[in-house]
Amino acid sequence: MKIPYYPGCTLKSTAKHFEISAIESAKKIGIEFVELPRWNCCGVVASLADDDIMHNLAPVRNMIRVLEMNRDGLVKDEKRLLTLCSMCFNTLSRANNRIKKKSDDLDILNDFMYKEDIDYDGSVEIIHFLEIIQELGFDKIEKNVKKSLSNLKIAPYYGCMLLRPKDVGIDDPERPTIFEKFITSLSAKPVEWNNKNKCCGSFLTVDNKEIVVELGNDILTDAKNSGADIIVTSCPLCAFNLDNRQKNIKAKYPEFKEIPVVYFTQLMALAFGLSKEITGFDGNFINPTKLLKSKNIEI
Amino acid sequence: MSNKQEMVKVFIMGEAHEVPAGSTIIMAFEYAGYQLKKGVGCREGFCGACATVYREKGNYKLQGGLACQTVVSDGMSLVQIPFVPAEKPVYDMDKITPDINTIKELFPTVFRCVSCNTCTKACPQDIQVMDYIQALKQGNIAKAADLSFDCIRCGLCALRCPAEIVQYNAGTLARRLYGKYLAKKSPELKNRVEEINDGKYKKEIQEMKEMDRTKLSEKYYTREIKLK
Amino acid sequence: MPKKLLLNDKSVDFFKKVSELSGEVITLCDQCGTCSGGCPIIDEMDISPSQLMRMVMLGDEEVMDTKTMWLCATCNTCTVRCPRELDVSKVAEALRQIKLRQSFDKINIDKIPKEDLKELPQIALVGAFRRLTS
Repeated sequence: MKIPYYPGCTLKSTAKHFEISAIESAKKIGIEFVELPRWNCCGVVASLADDDIMHNLAPVRNMIRVLEMNRDGLVKDEKRLLTLCSMCFNTLSRANNRIKKKSDDLDILNDFMYKEDIDYDGSVEIIHFLEIIQELGFDKIEKNVKKSLSNLKIAPYYGCMLLRPKDVGIDDPERPTIFEKFITSLSAKPVEWNNKNKCCGSFLTVDNKEIVVELGNDILTDAKNSGADIIVTSCPLCAFNLDNRQKNIKAKYPEFKEIPVVYFTQLMALAFGLSKEITGFDGNFINPTKLLKSKNIEI
Repeated sequence: MSNKQEMVKVFIMGEAHEVPAGSTIIMAFEYAGYQLKKGVGCREGFCGACATVYREKGNYKLQGGLACQTVVSDGMSLVQIPFVPAEKPVYDMDKITPDINTIKELFPTVFRCVSCNTCTKACPQDIQVMDYIQALKQGNIAKAADLSFDCIRCGLCALRCPAEIVQYNAGTLARRLYGKYLAKKSPELKNRVEEINDGKYKKEIQEMKEMDRTKLSEKYYTREIKLK
Repeated sequence: MPKKLLLNDKSVDFFKKVSELSGEVITLCDQCGTCSGGCPIIDEMDISPSQLMRMVMLGDEEVMDTKTMWLCATCNTCTVRCPRELDVSKVAEALRQIKLRQSFDKINIDKIPKEDLKELPQIALVGAFRRLTS
């Protein structure tokens, strides 16, 4: 299956290991990501003011690219746009939902974009990689597991953008299970914990580092107290706030014990027996290699 | 055939003037009696000094162009932009790296881009300005350098940008980074620079220095280009 | 001492403006406090999300001087829990927009330390600049 793929800016730099591990793991289950030509940044956060049309230009431009890919034969009748980053997923979805509800906004957007070949018609669907996996069936993952992760207790961290608001969320906003099913299919053990949906502080990390340190400390400590060895996420901003900011947490709370935070696709690549270059654990701030070795999992 | 010069009416900074049809905007300015000291340069479309903003009769769009390359039309309303007081960070080429960190440090405003594409619409060089800003946002220096290659730094993109990004300075940084760190090194260029430094072409260079404009121009246009 | 509130043209205009920008029917709020109870950042706020809703409902422009709207990270926990299906994050955005549209910048990009800029991922910068700069 060939599917249009939207990477997002951070997956081309600090979250490169997220992208590589996802692309290679996807191949194993028969999905080929076709990167959108000329994609642009989605804007990270959704436009919320009722009269704010301009900030929907960026998402809509990317949806026009999906139509162009279908026109140019890069994909065949595939108007679903696949995302990995939770924030890109949320922002693109919310913009798409908004213009589907407000056709006047879509007319204004199309009129403004006169240098685009095609008008957008609202026909693209934004989906997250986890949704595709669920659609294909978790047994497809199970069948490809070459390296058992059964010694590993994983805390699934949903954060905000995969679940909320309801009209874009990929699962129940309060009691999601999709990550747990995914972890189980990898042969690992999902941990039940309280803070799996709690916000990491998001972009407040730019001007309110202390708040992010407090939230991170709460979230990570809860994961460890619940017995987790490692946390998985699908958001590069959560990853930064929960992984890189552990040095700031440690500076404030010296008794704080570190815990690795990785992208779910890295563990997928690991379970599928893919190479070190693909799992990319060197890209994580807290490198999980030592932990994995202690659980008898070879990298 | 009549010898009478056809004239058109243009509005220079709101003031009506009759100027010969077929004039460029620079010629129209000068015909109307303005003496341009700033906002004019090579007059051949290379230097980017003569950015202009104009509007054609019956069209709501404000358009950007180079005054030496844009021909006036009847009813055109126009103004010259002699200078853009845009932010220009200072950096040491030996101390920066060709990656996203340099962009974040020196041009954090590129992360304010809303993909409105106004810069691309304003560019007189038909550059995909928004696309190279997006490439910089992704840390793709080579792509940004390539896309911005034809930039002549007139500044119209920055003037129209709602996010106050200084596109042309960011593009210049990309090309500098590309040239210094990413481009494949050419041994021929290195050899030639050495030859010049060793004084191998001293005589020829001296001859050219003494040539008058006509001769120099003739020599330039009849030069031989050898491709390997 | 109890605060004296004046209902006048100015407070009504303010209420209407926030209603239009947010697209929310703010008067539906029952003041049940569920939004405040679930807010992960409430400890850092000077007024709670439900207090913010109440002040807007009363057209009290002093809400503009509180920190709360700038600390909402749009996590949407309140949004999915509100029994009235109100979106408090949109009301906070409306308040931010009133300030931002008057050329107010909550963060000054030129003042962010270079080391921070280098360390922060693009996703953090774009998100913060969108929500906090004019």
